Amino acid sequence: MSERPPRADPAVPPQLTPAGGPAADLAVEPGEAPPLDTAPTPPGTAPNLLDSLPPGPIPPAAAFSAAQAEPCLAVRDLAVSFRTRGGTVKALEQVGFTVGRGEIVALVGESGSGKSVTAYALMGILDAAGEVTAGTAQFGGTDLLHAPERTLRGIRGRDISMIFQNPRTALNPIRPVGKQIADVLIRHGGAGRREAPAAAIEMLRRVRITDPERRARAYPYEMSGGMCQRVMIAIALACRPKLLIADEPTTGIDVTTQAVIMDLLTGLARESGVSALVITHDLALASEYCDRVVVMHAGHVVEDAPVRDLFAHPRHPYTARLLAATPTGHASLADLASIPGSLPDLRRPDLPACRYIGRCDRALDSCQVSLQRREIAPSHLVACNNPL
Amino acid sequence: MGAMILRRLAVAVFSLIGVVVITFALTRVLPGDTAAYFAGPAASREAIEQLRHSLGLDKPAAEQFADYVAALARGDLGNSLTTGQPVLSDLLSRLPASAELTLLGLLVSLAIAIPFGILAAVKPGSFVDHACRLVTTAGVSLPVFFTGLLLVYVFYFILGWAPAPLGRLDVFLSAPPTVTGFFLIDSALAGDWETFRGALSQLVLPVLTLAIFALAPIARMTRAAMLAVLTSDFVRTARASGLTPWSVLITYAFRNALLPVVTTLGMVFSFLLGANVLVEKVFAWPGIGSYAIEALIASDFAPVQGFVLAMAVMYVLLNLLIDVLQGLIDPRARTAT
Repeated sequence: MSERPPRADPAVPPQLTPAGGPAADLAVEPGEAPPLDTAPTPPGTAPNLLDSLPPGPIPPAAAFSAAQAEPCLAVRDLAVSFRTRGGTVKALEQVGFTVGRGEIVALVGESGSGKSVTAYALMGILDAAGEVTAGTAQFGGTDLLHAPERTLRGIRGRDISMIFQNPRTALNPIRPVGKQIADVLIRHGGAGRREAPAAAIEMLRRVRITDPERRARAYPYEMSGGMCQRVMIAIALACRPKLLIADEPTTGIDVTTQAVIMDLLTGLARESGVSALVITHDLALASEYCDRVVVMHAGHVVEDAPVRDLFAHPRHPYTARLLAATPTGHASLADLASIPGSLPDLRRPDLPACRYIGRCDRALDSCQVSLQRREIAPSHLVACNNPL
Repeated sequence: MGAMILRRLAVAVFSLIGVVVITFALTRVLPGDTAAYFAGPAASREAIEQLRHSLGLDKPAAEQFADYVAALARGDLGNSLTTGQPVLSDLLSRLPASAELTLLGLLVSLAIAIPFGILAAVKPGSFVDHACRLVTTAGVSLPVFFTGLLLVYVFYFILGWAPAPLGRLDVFLSAPPTVTGFFLIDSALAGDWETFRGALSQLVLPVLTLAIFALAPIARMTRAAMLAVLTSDFVRTARASGLTPWSVLITYAFRNALLPVVTTLGMVFSFLLGANVLVEKVFAWPGIGSYAIEALIASDFAPVQGFVLAMAVMYVLLNLLIDVLQGLIDPRARTAT
């Protein structure tokens, strides 16, 4: 009885190391012609990744025009900061992107780039130390960032649902999985108390769990990681949501099972027309399963483009470096590049306008004070003063 | 689950054998000559030796132990030299008084500590959290005999709200007909509300004394366990699924936090069994604790052995109960050894 209870310190997401500064001047100039040579210099490794894309026409083009017409989710100017002992961490700044109806968008970036924080802010489940300081997120007529908690509780799990990494810990260890699916169904009126158990079994069948009647009574510790993630997918899709947010859905799962889970996830999403936001640091995964990629770096969206465009012609120096650093089947370890430097300290009061400046070999003097965001090609957005 | 209970009972048998050996050995090495004590100061050497012989105390220790075990097997705990009664019937007649006190103390502490701990964890740093810390610190730092005396001083001596700390019932009231031995239940069954009120008013202070002692570890553990569970991944999942705050807090968080709390509960209850001895002394409570103390002072072996044995049995049963509760709460505990 001598151990002290854990302190309720504002738990800062571990990837966020420290501190803040004045809002950088991010000039948004959509559609403006790039100041430099527009002909993109294809970086060496990108074509390799492109080879891994499925052959033939990719649906994204159609999905993308639909996205522009009436997006499922439109995030604008989202800013989130965390209060810590060391100062305020400006975790997100001017984050904006859209997810079209039926579209599968990848949110990629390294650890600490703010991918998960973006998802948590949208879900309204940020840690107590985190605060949304600006922005809107339009979802079917509701601004997710300003709606009352009661409204959000009705949306979460029913209209927007979320899948997490490490599925074995994401499920309640002492509740049978069937009941956990039923809880969500009952809460959102997807099924009555009496029908819920059968509906839960039906959901388990949809995520292709064999012997669903028996598995519904199983506890998470009796199942494999991949099996648990299937249950998570069943919970997420139980109420037929409009948007599915998957936060690194394959992290913590056996490599051989990862592809199975992604096939299942995107297959079910496409089948039922659910839009999806897939958070990942795996570019190969993004290229294989998603229509569009939003690249984040240090709390900024640096590039936003359809998969094919992004992999063929990355315009932001960071994206190009990221592609060069992605292992492919026919590249040796020696060919693999790494990105010099690390994420800037986000507590600094004098953060430059472009947060990539310290690691960039194309930086201009103007990058310190302003950052241009523009549509460099149709539906290809980049935030860079000196794009490739 | 059934296999687990059987396994635990098998292990318990060995614990009990150990307890029998130790209590026997311990009471023999304690200072004081029982025969001399009971023969009185004026007794001659021959009288003492005669008494020693009639008590069987002159036999070799091994033989005495064999006699003791043989008697135990017959359910005979020996006779108390002070009361002249069989120890078993003494203990059985006094047990309900102790049990009523201890169980009520535990219930009251649970009723206060668990909501307190949950609220403190839900709003860390709030007024409730600070109040919780204050109460738990006070609870662990105040010894029960001190809390008991303080309560008697304030509520009986100064304020006069509580009755004199002299046992289970005022001298003008008669005990209700024995059904369970618990005065509250027996008087309620008999419909004797005057006795019920009398018994209750006598219970308030000693129960409060035990409750203050017990609630500190329970509240601390509830708060700590809830804090840990509330930041866990599955509570985040529950929130992200839009479940109601009540459902998240109770069905998802609290049921998981119960595991360490129940474990603590077992420990707290065993502390209470010990604390009871002191509280019974302070409030002149006719329970088994005060019985054991009086016997110990008089070098009266049999009641002390009987008391320790009874405590050991209770402790073993308690641990079994805790294990069963754990198994009911956590499916993982059912298969674990």
